[in-house]
Order: sequence, then C-alpha cells, then structure tokens
Amino acid sequence: MSLNPHFDDAHTAGEGRRAAREGIGVALATSAYGISFGALGVASGLDIWQTCVLSLFMFTGGSQFAFAGVIGAGGIAAAPAAIASASLLGVRNVAYGIRMSPVIGRGFWRRTAAAQFTIDESTAVSLAQRSPHARTVGFWVTGIGIYIGWNLSTLAGALLGDVLGDPRAYGLDAAAAAAFLALLWPRLRHRQPIAVGIAAAVVATMLTPVLMPGLPVIIAAAVALVVGWTNWLGSSDGTADEPDDVAEREGLP
Amino acid sequence: MTMWTAVLVASIVCVVLKTLGYLIPPKWLEAPRPARIADLLTVALLAALVAVQTFGQGQAIVVDARLPAVLVAAGLLLLRAPFLVVVVAAALVAALLRLWGWAD
Repeated sequence: MSLNPHFDDAHTAGEGRRAAREGIGVALATSAYGISFGALGVASGLDIWQTCVLSLFMFTGGSQFAFAGVIGAGGIAAAPAAIASASLLGVRNVAYGIRMSPVIGRGFWRRTAAAQFTIDESTAVSLAQRSPHARTVGFWVTGIGIYIGWNLSTLAGALLGDVLGDPRAYGLDAAAAAAFLALLWPRLRHRQPIAVGIAAAVVATMLTPVLMPGLPVIIAAAVALVVGWTNWLGSSDGTADEPDDVAEREGLP
Repeated sequence: MTMWTAVLVASIVCVVLKTLGYLIPPKWLEAPRPARIADLLTVALLAALVAVQTFGQGQAIVVDARLPAVLVAAGLLLLRAPFLVVVVAAALVAALLRLWGWAD
C-alpha cells in the first residue's frame, strides 16, 4: 500500500526489533523466578532431576507450581491429584494455541516446536504486536528466551533448595502460597473471576480436613465449570477474556 | 505410582494440551462458553491453591506464619510489586516470624 517500499521495510524491521526487545525483557524477568520454582520443587519432595524435568518437558509455570504444591502437601499418595491439578491448569494453553495458530503459519515441525513454547508470556507479547512479522518475532524470542532462562534458573533454584535444608525455616511454604497469589492477582479484574476465586478458596479450605490432599483443589475447580457454564455474574457481552497484560506484568510460562 | 511416573504423565498431558490448540479450528474460541470456562478454571485452581497452601498442613487447617506472609504478599501486589519481590518478601516474613518465635 505504501508509496515508499523502503520506508515500509524499515518500518516492519523496526517493529520486529521492538517485539524482540520486549520479548527479551519479559524473558529475563520471568527467568528470574524459575529460581523460586526450583527451590520449591525440591522443598516439596521432588529430587533435583524431577524438578528440572518439569521445567524441560512440562514447561508451563502454573502447572509446575501446582504439581509441586500438591506433592508437597500429600506426598506420592497425592500423585493422581497432582497430575490432575497440573493438567487442569494447562487447559488455558489450549486457548493460547488456538490464538497463536494463525500467527505461526504452516509446517509440521514449525508448529510442533511452537506448541512447546506456547505459554502465557509468549502469547501475550506476540498478540500485543501489530504487524504479522512483529507478532512472529515476539512469539519466538519470548518463548525460546524464557525456555532457556527458566530451565537454567530452575536448576540453580533446585541446587540451592537442596543445600538449604528445612524449607519451613526459610519460609518456602509461604513463598509457594504467595507465588500462587501473584499468578492469580492479574486475573481478578472483573466481578465474575473475583467471585469464582473466593468461592473456590472457601470450598478448597472446607474440604481439606475431609478429603485427601490434592482433591479439594480439583473439586474447587468445579466452581469454575458451574459459573462458566451459566455465566452467573458475567458481563453482558458474554466474554471474560484474559487480560492482555497478564504475562507482561507478572505472568508465568 | 512412582514420582517419576507422575512427573512424566503430568508433563505429557500438559504438552498434549499445548499441541491441541494448534489442531482445533479457531472458531471454537469464538464460542464464549468454552473460552469463559477455560479462563475461570485457571482462576478457581489458583485461588484454591492459595487457600490450601496458606492454611493446609496435610489434612489439618492451621493458622501459622504463612497467613501474615500471604497478607504481606497481597499488599505488595496491590502496590504492583514484581513477582519475585512478592515471593521473596513472603518467604522473608514467614522465616523471620518463625525465627523470632512469634508464629509457628
């Protein structure tokens, strides 16, 4: 459309560079708290390698924290509940994949690789860009940058947690609770998610004494199904999209 | 089930979910109901995990140093502090309260 193709090329390159810079910034910030995941993983009873494998293969922070949290509360007996919690938290990545699919384009290997890097941050940085080129650059730079940083810092955190000893003396149990709260916080902007969050917290607390560890969290998720299905307390336009800046501010892989 | 089995099964499920998004026709997301349930599911799980991680000790509900630590974390989040600051501050509060013997 532009009368000056050179200007247009430069413009596109500039947007791509801006997307790359943004991606690297988000990657550095996110990678830093891979240390907290590594330390918490070891504190909850996983060994160093299991903690690292979660970052290498699962590579989706919310699910990783959930898995470690449930194992920490219930031990190996809670493994099925830990798997279920991690999986349910991973469901939102399906929505991210659907949104990223047209950005990534065609090709089996390209799409297979993109799937593993599809997380809160890479999706958010990518969709915040305006040109298709910048969206592609933003996705890959953020995704790959976090993958490298997150895995390195997980290893560092796991080694550190292993040396520290009693996790309670360092407040690591409280750190896990705070980590979940920080992940939850940016999603609480509307009446409906706030109501769901409070109800789920109450249900999980009340069920804790009567069910085995891990199960209260899963049953509390039913609150989301009921409210989401009926759209109780929902906005009139019927949608409650995730806030776009979740990941940039304090998201998780 | 061994811990390794659990780690690998959970990882595989999460990778499959990520891949699934690339196989589903985009128009699914246009339907408000599945999108809304996916968003609220994340909120409910994280909120439940906050509660259990703050009050749970095995199957007991206890109030200890974790509660003031989480309240400090919430205050910092209100002030828009970054993730790492929030997590470290919570750990510090709980650790100091225990060191000084003010809370269990």
